[in-house]
Amino acid sequence: MNYTEKEHLLKSLNAGYRFDGRTLEDWRNLEIETDLISTSEGSARVKLGNTEVLAGVKLSIGSPFGDRPNEGVLMVGCELLPMAHESIESGPPGIDAIEIGRVIDRGIRESKSVDVEELCIVPGEKVWMVSVDIVPLNHDGNIIDAGAIAALAALKTTRFPEIVNGVVNYKHLSDKKLIVEKEPIAVTVGKIGDHLIIDPTKDEEDVLDARLTCTIGQDGKFCSLQKGGETPFTIDEIDQIFELAMVKSDEIRKQL
Amino acid sequence: MKRVDGRTPEDLRPIEAKAGVIKNAEGSGYFKIGKTWAYATVYGPKEIVPRFMMRPDKGILKVNYNMMPFSGQGERVRPGPNRRARELSLVSEKALASVLDLTKFKNSGVEVFIELPQTDAGSRCAGICAASIALADAGFVMKDMVAAVAVGRVKGEVVVDLSYEEEADETDGGAVDTAMAMVPSSEEVTLLQMDGQVTKEELMKAINMGKEACKKIAEIQREAIKNKYAVGDLR
Repeated sequence: MNYTEKEHLLKSLNAGYRFDGRTLEDWRNLEIETDLISTSEGSARVKLGNTEVLAGVKLSIGSPFGDRPNEGVLMVGCELLPMAHESIESGPPGIDAIEIGRVIDRGIRESKSVDVEELCIVPGEKVWMVSVDIVPLNHDGNIIDAGAIAALAALKTTRFPEIVNGVVNYKHLSDKKLIVEKEPIAVTVGKIGDHLIIDPTKDEEDVLDARLTCTIGQDGKFCSLQKGGETPFTIDEIDQIFELAMVKSDEIRKQL
Repeated sequence: MKRVDGRTPEDLRPIEAKAGVIKNAEGSGYFKIGKTWAYATVYGPKEIVPRFMMRPDKGILKVNYNMMPFSGQGERVRPGPNRRARELSLVSEKALASVLDLTKFKNSGVEVFIELPQTDAGSRCAGICAASIALADAGFVMKDMVAAVAVGRVKGEVVVDLSYEEEADETDGGAVDTAMAMVPSSEEVTLLQMDGQVTKEELMKAINMGKEACKKIAEIQREAIKNKYAVGDLR
């Protein structure tokens, strides 16, 4: 989006609408499909408007961290593939992908929705390593929120593979499911001029002055925050964003 | 003789093909064969980096093959290009290049990204099929579709479209896996890779069966394009 288009967007926001006809506080249409990738232990596809992401969970056996011998390991990563948008280049994960992965990772980890002690097989020796990979297929903005929903949905469908003589048999998933207790939802609120919007498209995202991602559990507790962009927020704005994020996270949770 | 999944030697696994599945791309394709699942997107013609790759007489084609981290049978696939992925990118590029005429797009390039969310053998072939749909969807002038299929020998029998289970078979001299791609109208072979041990007769039989299979696949690919651009009854 260039300068004149941004001016035009600001006028439109003053009138209460965005280019796609949404108000400032509308989500795009959400579609969730789960358990679709048979090579993964859990998977989901999330469509948020034209943004489409896949999330897949792979389990493996590894050794625990020395300071946490009774805990398994949960990792969330994001890869921005060049297939998803013209502006994305191939190569090792860039800073955008790293930030997306880490913000989603913190949201899920800090909400304690996955009990990592349940992932322990032999204390101090063997634990389950849970890797969630988020891959956008079509990038039309707000990968963080869409990816967080996909990661949560994929984790909820995850089943443990069987262990035969200490080796993982990926061909047979057992009936044992990964327990996911809370439902952390990420809501990214963007600031353009004096306006706050949710669920920005790629075009809107490119001209955001600042953004704040709030991850909120179903108990209404915040479990992670991430500010992005160069423009600062006032305390009043932060208060408004928190209020908005709480309402908007509930809207998504009802659709899960 | 019936195969492990009940198919005859000439049978392909169920195929689903679609065009225009990724909205951001100039063109895109989806090709699912059995449990192998490929997306391809096309971006360009555009400037290519590194710049020295661009040529003054014609545009270049750049193909990138990638397995998603959760797409493998077994452990997580580490993200990023490994030696296998780089080789498959190269051979897929060569398999597709001959049907394209890029002389109009001098000093620029066309990038094709093949992504596999789920694999069960034959992923490079599925990728080429998807990429071919994507290139047609993007509106490039093409001599024909490029169709690709794996052929080979399993338990002493020559078969098409091997599944992962068949590919891993070790009885009767082990499985022979041959990936081939073809321009169906001219019957030109644009990809041929093989591993295993096989006689010339078996190999020729396999390639000829592959030829018929590629023709069937090309029909499905053309159908995918027609479905996207169908305008209904114009009367």
